[in-house]
Amino acid sequence: MHLLELDDVHTNLTLKAGVVRAVDGVSFHIDAGETLGIVGESGSGKSMTALSIMRLLPSSGRITSGAIRFKGRDMTGLSEDEMEDIRGTEIAMIFQDPMSSLNPVYRTGWQVGEPLQIHRGVNARASIAAAIALFKKVGIPDAEKRVAQYPHVFSGGMSQRAMIAMGLTTSPSLLIADEPTTALDVTIQAQILELLRNLNRDSGMATILITHNLGVVAGICDRVIVMYAGRVVEQGRTEDVFAHPEHPYTWSLLRSIPRLDADEREPLKPIEGLPPDMMRLPSGCKFGPRCPFAIKRCAEEEPELLLVRDQLARCWVTQAGTSLRESADAG
Amino acid sequence: MPAEALRERSASTWTAAAPILEIRGLTTWFPVRSGVLARTVGQVRAVDGVNLSIRQGETLGLVGESGCGKSTLGRSILRLVEPTAGEVVFKGRDVLRMGPAAMRRMRREMAIIFQDPFASLDPRQTVGDILAEPLEIHHLRRTRRQRQERVRELLDLVGLSPDFSGRYPHEFSGGQRQRIGIARALAVDPSFIVCDEPVSALDVSIQAQIINLLERLQDQFNLTYLFIAHDLSVVKHISDHIAVMYVGKVVEISTAKELYQRPLHPYTGSLLSAIPIPDPAVERNRERIILKGDVASPVNPPSGCRFRTRCFKAQPRCAESEPPLETVRLGDHLAACYFPLE
Repeated sequence: MHLLELDDVHTNLTLKAGVVRAVDGVSFHIDAGETLGIVGESGSGKSMTALSIMRLLPSSGRITSGAIRFKGRDMTGLSEDEMEDIRGTEIAMIFQDPMSSLNPVYRTGWQVGEPLQIHRGVNARASIAAAIALFKKVGIPDAEKRVAQYPHVFSGGMSQRAMIAMGLTTSPSLLIADEPTTALDVTIQAQILELLRNLNRDSGMATILITHNLGVVAGICDRVIVMYAGRVVEQGRTEDVFAHPEHPYTWSLLRSIPRLDADEREPLKPIEGLPPDMMRLPSGCKFGPRCPFAIKRCAEEEPELLLVRDQLARCWVTQAGTSLRESADAG
Repeated sequence: MPAEALRERSASTWTAAAPILEIRGLTTWFPVRSGVLARTVGQVRAVDGVNLSIRQGETLGLVGESGCGKSTLGRSILRLVEPTAGEVVFKGRDVLRMGPAAMRRMRREMAIIFQDPFASLDPRQTVGDILAEPLEIHHLRRTRRQRQERVRELLDLVGLSPDFSGRYPHEFSGGQRQRIGIARALAVDPSFIVCDEPVSALDVSIQAQIINLLERLQDQFNLTYLFIAHDLSVVKHISDHIAVMYVGKVVEISTAKELYQRPLHPYTGSLLSAIPIPDPAVERNRERIILKGDVASPVNPPSGCRFRTRCFKAQPRCAESEPPLETVRLGDHLAACYFPLE
């Protein structure tokens, strides 16, 4: 039994302009102690997947089918009270913008300790003591002084640490971090990633890290899922996916970003075209219109997510045994 | 002859062999006001005595963390914010001492591309109007027909269909809007463009398209760029030289390649080591310098070297006096540090 398992999850957003299939048949799992990265561009469905797990979808969103099993129990049928309990104790989520996630009218220590009062019946004094210990754990200096302060005096990095501390209060077994470092400067990003790495190693907590930054994934994730147009297009161990991507989207993405350790200044190889319009998705493979490897079949039929070499990929070309690298060199 | 015209005449001595832009002692402070009388209680030293120069046709990258003053520096050069002191010498003439008429002519030479293509385009104007406006203001095309012709040409230059001129900004994606922003900057046929985080708001797959476009336009029109960004991988890719800023000061400057291979300032070293590289084999075996603490305040910067409060090499001397940029000089590689990296 996996810690968390998604089985063919579909989430729709009903908007004025029509229905968007934001998450369209997503399946994956994560075990204790693992760090799983979910990468994709805006609109790829990565955040909607996380919000589906947490059942924190916007009012226009609904899980229409599929199962989300946490420790073997399907959460899609749970009542709001039961979900509340899981969110407070078992699964925590941290967001991109820590400033908007902290309540400005309560002292930070109170907010961080509050889940213990609600879910564990701990009194206020003990919850503040726990908050001090958590602040120390996430590297907030002067923890005793800081717990009495309000969020507005915290810098961006400190707020994100406080958010992480809040997530850790009840020692959850799963942490979902949605772009936790995107709003932060690189030196602060490095601090937060180091913190997540250490927490993962020391506590055995599983982490789902949602990001658009492939460098962050390379540094911290054991496995990675690549999403495009609401679908998983590639999934595998991080080393495999980066060493020999088997979906042309992953392949193109890795070639399009400038690398700090690149020797010579050669032109970047961008992905042509625009991200897909979720209201008017193409037939067949959703990446087909932008894909340099596309064959006739790609526009006609959508491929399944199948084993290609060491990982899973949703691509007719690589499933037929073609190597993307050789094919690109030849072309 | 009015003084301004005299200065303008003497400026014709500039030749392309000299830097197209030279910044000397540029300082931009913003007052911090407080109380009912809004009395000035302090100064935000956003840009605090910066010297830089750029040669024609080159790209100078400017990197640093949020609040370091890099955007204010870009805007001060164009006088979109008024600097407190210093000189901005463009093609031999000090922009900061120009009167309104000369400044108006100067604005045809210098343009800016903003980070957020959503906020920087007027939603009520069509793309054609947005691009024709600078042509009208500067009397660059007399008739409506000539302006329309130029608008089509500009759209074509940035890789958009000339038929888009009747559409509104909201009809475009982020990448397309940034192309419109670039077309607007090109409208007046400038020689120098400040690119202020031009790709940070774009999706990863679109960033490369825009970077390639900027590089192609630079070759085509011999443009000079000041490229401001916090993403050092992007800056290293596009820049000839890179200046690193920390709390209002330039702390290191060198060629892009040399800066990456041999950073001298501890801040540059930690900045480089903090940037994730999209390769697990490299990323997991890198030595990282994890800095402690947060960026210092530009209102009350630390005495001496402003980085010393986070620096792993700081000594008592660093608090006593501020190291000038020329403290370490290896050819054209300069660093403001008493105890540089090996």
